[in-house]
Amino acid sequence: MQTDLALWSAVAGMLMLLACSREERQFRPSPPASEVINSVQVSGLNPGANPVGAPAAPEYYQESAYAVSQGKTLFNEYNCSGCHANGGGGIGPPLMDNYWIYGSEPGNIFTTIIQGRPNGMPSFRNRIPEFQAWEIVAYVRSLSGLLPKDVAPSRSDQFYVKPPEQSMPYQVPTGITGKPEPPK
Amino acid sequence: MKVSALPALSSRLRSSALVVVIVLASACLSFSADSKSRASKMIFPASETNYQPRPYTGKLEPDDGQWMRPAKDYASTRYSTLNQINTETVKNLKLEFTFSTGLARGHEAAPLVVNNTMYIVTPWPNNLYALDLAQPGAPMKWVYQPMPTPASQGVACCDVVNRGASYDNGKIYYNTLDDQTVCVDAKSGKQVWKTRIGDINKGESLTMAPLVVKGKVLVGVSGGEFGIRGWLKALDANSGQVAWTAYTTGLDKDVLIGPRFKPFYAQDRGQDLGVKTWPPDAWKIGGAGAWGWVSYDPDLNLIFYGTANPGPWDSDARPGANKFSAGIFARDPDTGEAIWYYQFSPHDLFDYDAVNENILLDLPIEGRTRKVLVHPDRNGYVYVIDRTNGEVLSANPFAPITTSAGVDLKTGLLQYVEEKEPHRGKVLRGLCPSAPGAKDWQPSAFSPRTGLVYIPHNHLCMDEEDVSVNYIAGTPYVGANVVMYDAPGGHGGEFSAWDPVAGKIAWTIPDHFPVWSGALATAGDLVFYGTMDGWFHAVDARQGHDLWKFKTGSGIIGQPVTYKGPDGKQYVAILSGVGGWAGAIVAGGLDPRDKSAALGFVGAMQDLPKYTTGGGMLYVFSLP
Repeated sequence: MQTDLALWSAVAGMLMLLACSREERQFRPSPPASEVINSVQVSGLNPGANPVGAPAAPEYYQESAYAVSQGKTLFNEYNCSGCHANGGGGIGPPLMDNYWIYGSEPGNIFTTIIQGRPNGMPSFRNRIPEFQAWEIVAYVRSLSGLLPKDVAPSRSDQFYVKPPEQSMPYQVPTGITGKPEPPK
Repeated sequence: MKVSALPALSSRLRSSALVVVIVLASACLSFSADSKSRASKMIFPASETNYQPRPYTGKLEPDDGQWMRPAKDYASTRYSTLNQINTETVKNLKLEFTFSTGLARGHEAAPLVVNNTMYIVTPWPNNLYALDLAQPGAPMKWVYQPMPTPASQGVACCDVVNRGASYDNGKIYYNTLDDQTVCVDAKSGKQVWKTRIGDINKGESLTMAPLVVKGKVLVGVSGGEFGIRGWLKALDANSGQVAWTAYTTGLDKDVLIGPRFKPFYAQDRGQDLGVKTWPPDAWKIGGAGAWGWVSYDPDLNLIFYGTANPGPWDSDARPGANKFSAGIFARDPDTGEAIWYYQFSPHDLFDYDAVNENILLDLPIEGRTRKVLVHPDRNGYVYVIDRTNGEVLSANPFAPITTSAGVDLKTGLLQYVEEKEPHRGKVLRGLCPSAPGAKDWQPSAFSPRTGLVYIPHNHLCMDEEDVSVNYIAGTPYVGANVVMYDAPGGHGGEFSAWDPVAGKIAWTIPDHFPVWSGALATAGDLVFYGTMDGWFHAVDARQGHDLWKFKTGSGIIGQPVTYKGPDGKQYVAILSGVGGWAGAIVAGGLDPRDKSAALGFVGAMQDLPKYTTGGGMLYVFSLP
């Protein structure tokens, strides 16, 4: 009897431990930032017909409603909204339309945040931790309907100034992208 | 069947039912608001029923037919005595020549005309063009390119504009967006000196037109939306060395407040108010630049300029009166010492900068001639202030107002309406005027022949919710979600003739968009202004009748000027090229689905892209 109890307790304990497996937070996302930045190109023109694929990027953030929601908070807290408003732009360009000056792929946006861009986009290198930058990237992509509806934020508690990200239709990205459409 | 009864109603019927409910609901709302307080009252400007011209009896600077300073004269009248183009002849006004700047951003500068040469400053990259007016078609003499860093575009709150240059003693002086003041030889176009006086990594930028007074170039900083610490500097016109710096906030010694400082009202007196009227250290990032206009009175030896909004917009972050923001300083131009100060909007709640023009006039007030300045403020009132001591003589509304209930002339205090005070997490509706104010930077003109001040202005209200905001140097420090829209009447702007003695509107011309251009008055009894859909107008200064108009290539937000050419003919010049805060939706290609874009201005300008595209072009007109 006592053996049974011990056995069952051990089994129950193992099961409880299993239940502790939680959604993982990636504080050092893979691939590392240097690899992402090295694989990003800011031109759609490839001399010698030498196309470069989409830049490397971790997939987790694009699939996690939690990450996107964190990204939305950080978008305000790092003052991204100061220039890009709630996606419509102001000092900086709009982010809710389909025109991507420096590319729409997660790796492109990540690189834009970390490196900055010459016409006024500040460089947040050493200011925003990598995993937070990826969360912001995911949120920025949700602004123009590039994320699945079950991941994009719904209407926020704040002053209603624009349609919620969740209701944004998918907009085919134009401009410099990691995956240019092939000619037909 | 019962369940489907409602859906079976025609959709039109359902929508009319909805309308009835909304109307009933709003009736209840307005009833309860009325019974609560004076809060929801809207103040409107008074109109003169029987306006009689009141010719000006004060003295004005002599006019040589040139245009050497941003506002024409030190008193900032933007009035020319030229009268070839007048109410009779204006119908024959024809385009004489044009000049493209090749830029698609907002063109807010006034062209200068000196020694038969026209000087034009462009928005970033701030090129200076000299055009030879003695040659047919006014060919380019030279171009000076200061090459400001492209990164400076990221700290320009409201488009990468420049409001123009000043001429003095053979030199052209102006500012670049990346915080440099330049001095260029007017003949050769060679740079004489270039001084960096600010840092974009602190959010500082320069957009204003400097004024040169007694060998000093007066320059004020922009960046009230970036947590700067505002200042006005005087640079030696010969060397470019900084002669003095007057901060807007901080200790008295930094604000250049000393024994000569004698403000008229009690609330502006006391030691180190630039520190004590802020939470600890908030004055260091309290905004309050000086990006507007400077006027000068040679007899009193005083300069007058307004200070900008305190930062952030989220006013919960900065309890206190926030001195010396949103007010006006009179200073000694030689030393920078403050003589008096008056605060239009203490503890500003709505981005009501006080940087608008100050027109220096000697007006009959209650039986005697007073040395005054006339200042149409963003908070919606035209102030007439005794410029010798800072006493407010009158303050009358020139646009619809709900955020305040008047100005107490005994204490000088703006009477805020408690219900309209924004706080974090609370959405406030129907705030008038909106953040750019009843009137923003767009400068007025004064005609001594009619005694009227011609005010181009906005006609907007807004909804606002304040949110907390982090200070990160070099990034915006605002903390508010704003959506603007037209004030009652269904139009976004007006061009009004204002009687500064009666404190009433003589006539007004509504426009679909905010009138974001400057005004020009001439002895031909004409007033010129432009609209954001691209029309350049000449109207009768007495009655406001539209006598002539010309459609330019882009929306007009520039400042018209007039001059006498080498052939003895009168010319009128304007830069067309939409942009600025109001035109950011076109200049920056913003997305109208976000009504809070461009700090909420996109809400009121969603249809501007249907009316105009960008593109800077100078247009110069004359009679055949």
